[in-house]
Amino acid sequence: MTAVDPSTTPQDAGGDILAVAREQVLERGEGLSQEQVLAVLQLPTERLEEALGLAHEVRMRHCGPEVEVEGIVSLKTGGCPEDCHFCSQSGLFDSPVRAAWLDVDRLVEAAKQTAKTGATEFCIVAAVRGPDAKLMEQVRAGIAAIRAEVDINVACSLGMLTQEQVDELAAMGVHRYNHNLETARSHFPEVVTTHSWEERWETLQMVRAAGMEVCCGGIVGMGETLEQRAEFAVQLAELEPDEVPLNFLIPNPGTPFAHLEVPQGADALMTVAAFRLALPRTVLRFAGGRELTLGDLGAEQGMLGGVNAIIVGNYLTNLGRPAEQDLDMLETLKMPIKALNDTL
Amino acid sequence: MEPSADPVERPFCAWCGAARAEGDHTACERRLATVDPPRHCPVCARRMVVQVDPVGWTARCSRHGESAGTHGFRR
Repeated sequence: MTAVDPSTTPQDAGGDILAVAREQVLERGEGLSQEQVLAVLQLPTERLEEALGLAHEVRMRHCGPEVEVEGIVSLKTGGCPEDCHFCSQSGLFDSPVRAAWLDVDRLVEAAKQTAKTGATEFCIVAAVRGPDAKLMEQVRAGIAAIRAEVDINVACSLGMLTQEQVDELAAMGVHRYNHNLETARSHFPEVVTTHSWEERWETLQMVRAAGMEVCCGGIVGMGETLEQRAEFAVQLAELEPDEVPLNFLIPNPGTPFAHLEVPQGADALMTVAAFRLALPRTVLRFAGGRELTLGDLGAEQGMLGGVNAIIVGNYLTNLGRPAEQDLDMLETLKMPIKALNDTL
Repeated sequence: MEPSADPVERPFCAWCGAARAEGDHTACERRLATVDPPRHCPVCARRMVVQVDPVGWTARCSRHGESAGTHGFRR
């Protein structure tokens, strides 16, 4: 996807889209509609700085200056029966990622490493369709061990859940549950064929009803059109998640998306701005892929363009920037890290 | 263990598993330097069992044992 000719800068019936957004989103706190998000995504690259500036104002007005820091770790890696086309952990693809389990001691160590960065969230992730009894037991033991030794909120991402599993996780004290819709509903069948977008939606509704915070985002750059990207932003807004993690595709060898290009930086940043304008009050988190797509400079631009949360350190199967580098960036930008008991 | 750069001792690309002497591994090296831990043993090219944690990675080859590192991997 590339920037359009400035002579065809999108306008809607109310005038220039950023002027409309300033009044609608910044002043009134109402997220953009699908048509309006698309208009932002179609802005020419020369208006990127302006879009990011407005998104930053929106973030500061409606969320504040604090940044929520999170660490994640893979409890169960690889061997997943699902066919999410971006994922190197599917057992259906010829990926170099081999199956592995993390034991409780190493899980606790990972939580300690995360807490040392000042992070308030630590997310335990498993590559599964949904948890079986063995995984639930491992999660239960892991959470108990973390709570005994580390002062941090525990989040989980274990795929699709049954109502019973939702209730169990809530009873374990899981603070937030991540389950990404990944992409627009209309594009989902091009990304996953072994389960539906609606099944994911159902899990998210159960999570919210059980009192856990909802974390739901996706991946930019999986062959979706700009229209579908706008559709996705508005579908997320409809869900009203507490947090939206934004990933940028890392084309992984052996996966059906191995041939796709890494998203372009300007395109990714315009997406960041557009998502903030669709979701003025949500925690919008930089997640995987920013290292390849944005580099160091782009990460700063994103933090000044609507993002108010980051995953620090490594991801599940990929490496991130050293946590210190991100923490130094936040200090340079004079953005305080959210404390454990604060709410954004 | 920080893997040696010696192409005789470690003849395989830790990212794609192909012989380092064959083909262009510039893209592989970029991935290893930015977002990927080693996936193939640089000695024998076997796929390794890799665990990534918030500050580093460990990679175990069934024949050549375990290596570990922090962010980024230099062959």
